[in-house]
Amino acid sequence: MRMSDFVVREAIIPDLKAATKEGVIREMVESLKAAGQFKAGDPEDTVKAILKRELLGSTGIGRGVAIPHTKHTSVERLVGTVALSRAGVMFDSLDGEPVHVFVLLVSPQDRPGDHLRALENVSRTLRDDGFVRALRSATTREEIWSLLDESDQQPG
Amino acid sequence: MSGDTVEHKLIVTNPQGFHLRPMAAFAEVANRFQSTINVSKEDKQVNGKSPLELMFLAAEQGSELMIQATGPDAADALKALVDLMAKMSSEEQNSEEPPLPRKG
Repeated sequence: MRMSDFVVREAIIPDLKAATKEGVIREMVESLKAAGQFKAGDPEDTVKAILKRELLGSTGIGRGVAIPHTKHTSVERLVGTVALSRAGVMFDSLDGEPVHVFVLLVSPQDRPGDHLRALENVSRTLRDDGFVRALRSATTREEIWSLLDESDQQPG
Repeated sequence: MSGDTVEHKLIVTNPQGFHLRPMAAFAEVANRFQSTINVSKEDKQVNGKSPLELMFLAAEQGSELMIQATGPDAADALKALVDLMAKMSSEEQNSEEPPLPRKG
């Protein structure tokens, strides 16, 4: 489950417009919908599920990163996307800091292994501060994709 | 004398594995202590005070984790973390996920 296996390139958002937690989640889900990733109609359920998960505990894990996610029947395989916010968004993060890098994950039901492996790859990529700096200075979808793809080629 | 290391092995029981919610709870508790906290799975060792680092373990149900605490409050830290893992494990049996403490 490398980043480039589940991140939907067409849904990458280099410059989020939203300034609130709910706004960011909606914008990212809409982007996945526009990229044709939901099997059936309205992804509103997915947005609600992600927001519900946030109520149980913020996915703002600190260091300017958040990983909103849910399991949902609307997808056949684990899909996700990456979005950047220049201004930063308050996300009830564990360190109280605003979030600049968002990785949204939507998994099918009952595939916990895939979900954990996706988190492992998100970690492998984002635990490198140099990578996060490079990502945050990317301004286009292509640049972001290229950074993710390059990072996938690195060992461990 | 500081620098004592204590450790404890446990098996991940949650069918979803050691996923983001328990990782965040674990890191939150670990951060209350001065000691260094490391968590290992097979040949990977990560800083237990960072959820981003803990994600790197991808610990599925049945996998074995080693929690290690080093420092002046190592024994207290280890106990708190082992108790937390046991508590989360028994709460998960009820399939109702426990809420996390929230910050800022």
